[in-house]
Amino acid sequence: MTDPSPQPTAQFSFAVRSARRPTLYVLAERSLTALIYACGISAIFFVVGIFLFVFKEAAPVLFSDRFSLSQFLFSEQWYPTSELNKRYGVLAMTAGTFSVTALAMMIAVPFGLGAAIFISEFCGPRLRETLKITIELLAAIPSVVWGFIGLTVMSKLIVQLTGAPVGVNILNGGIILALMSVPIIVSIGEDALKAVPDSFREAGLALGATRWQLVWRVLLPAAKNGLLAAVLLGVGRAVGETMAVLMATGHAVQIPHGILDSVRTLTANIAAELGEAPAGSDHYRVLFLIGILLFTITFVVNLAADMAVRGIRKK
Amino acid sequence: MNQLAARGIRFAVTAIWGGAAATCLLLSGCGGGGTDEADTVCIQNKGSDTMVNVAQAWAEEYRAVAPEVDVEISGGGSGVGIAALIKGAIDIANASRNMKPEEIEQAKRNTGKEPREFIVGHDALAIYVHRDNPLNEISIDQLADIFGEGGKTTKWSELGVSIPGGQDEIVRVSRQSSSGTYEFFREHVLNKEDFKLGSRDMNGSKEVVELVAGTPGAIGYSGMGYNVPGKVKMLKVATRKGEPAVEPSVASALDKRYPVARSLLLYTLGEPSGETKAYIDWILSDAGQKVVEESGYVPLPADMRHK
Repeated sequence: MTDPSPQPTAQFSFAVRSARRPTLYVLAERSLTALIYACGISAIFFVVGIFLFVFKEAAPVLFSDRFSLSQFLFSEQWYPTSELNKRYGVLAMTAGTFSVTALAMMIAVPFGLGAAIFISEFCGPRLRETLKITIELLAAIPSVVWGFIGLTVMSKLIVQLTGAPVGVNILNGGIILALMSVPIIVSIGEDALKAVPDSFREAGLALGATRWQLVWRVLLPAAKNGLLAAVLLGVGRAVGETMAVLMATGHAVQIPHGILDSVRTLTANIAAELGEAPAGSDHYRVLFLIGILLFTITFVVNLAADMAVRGIRKK
Repeated sequence: MNQLAARGIRFAVTAIWGGAAATCLLLSGCGGGGTDEADTVCIQNKGSDTMVNVAQAWAEEYRAVAPEVDVEISGGGSGVGIAALIKGAIDIANASRNMKPEEIEQAKRNTGKEPREFIVGHDALAIYVHRDNPLNEISIDQLADIFGEGGKTTKWSELGVSIPGGQDEIVRVSRQSSSGTYEFFREHVLNKEDFKLGSRDMNGSKEVVELVAGTPGAIGYSGMGYNVPGKVKMLKVATRKGEPAVEPSVASALDKRYPVARSLLLYTLGEPSGETKAYIDWILSDAGQKVVEESGYVPLPADMRHK
């Protein structure tokens, strides 16, 4: 991520110094390097290992003739335990995952980035510390507690305020997920803004820019990679969240027609059904296949973001 | 970029082969499985998903009573348990339905023993609505029309009631598809047809009652043990429209006047003996029946228990 040019000289001077050290020091140094290297590349093994395990569990049903991939992806009929006609279609749940995540991001991104800009640029040191600590506390609330708030407090509020027939729906899940991802967006976004050198701010102010112009024209463009990363981590949290959406979205298999409809997300479906699906059954394997689908979705989101960042850099 | 991609693919392929090889080694490593230790007795228990929780609770409690007996529980459904019993593969089958005559015949032919039935508890499935809902009774046909795939009823006005607050849409509260309660409802109310999609599928009996309590237009089903008087209302249920509706209670569940009540059953091959007999006797005792009650089912009346 950082500019690599100053490193060779640093390494060189380091090598010269270490040559004079006792052998034990050098060995310790080398083994430490090897250890850190192993830590670094272990991530690759974990990712590949997890993918292989999930794929191994899902593969038998994927290649069996009882199962059709197009039905899996494009049918909304989810009847994994039917006695007459088992159907495994996840379209409704994919729509559920996307709708809840999209609503959560529509709420969380403006709030999160706004809060990050305020904390980094506009507020005094004492207020800043208070806000940062409070927001980090918000991130520490367990997701099951969020779900509980959604199920009990929020659902009643939503029924009273909107007149919806039931309070557990996309709106409820979206607000809960937004509240859960705001802390991540704020803390990483604030770090990204802090990383912009002060010389940029000084130059902007010297040119007579107002503070707003400074933020909009100088700081946001300069920090956009970091801000994008902040938003994406927020998206990741929202897509992967299970317990809170399981409780707050109503867990209903249907394609939503408005934000007051209940939905079921892919993650919540796995959480609800894996525990009791007989191991090795088609149902169990299809749940693992949903895992692969989620894996693919996050992979595509990350890849798209990575390419977007590269595109920004080229300009 | 292309070169990089090619290298990436090569790496991925190598990793996949490596991973596959490692997995094969792992699998073959733990395949064998040792024989049981000499001093523990193992009771194999399989069947009804509805009863899997109470069966597990029994097994756990029984460990304190007889530490040398290890009861292995697995689900799969009443049919799976009965099939395993017919093959002679297990000691006890859990069932939430009676064995069919042809199954009894098969068991006799296969093993030479007549299956023995034990009633170990009862289950009444209550239909819950919000406390302000003016509806007091409902028939099985109406329930099937509300919950079943292809059913037409979606509005409370179609049942002739209006909900205070003006909501007319029926909010269906159901259970996740792996639930035994879900299967029981499907079997006895929907006549094995599937559910209409779009119901709010809760993850536990208690959640169903909680959501119904907070939603004026909701209707849901759950064990009657989960009733919270004053927050939800249990409907009287009639088999057909026009027939007298019966309130769910321990008494009406016991004598099967309540249409969605059933017995929880255990089957053994022939008269049980040894540790299996001791285990079933314990289940039929006050201690075992307390577990039934704690699991949300209707325990046996005192005069049917073993002392």
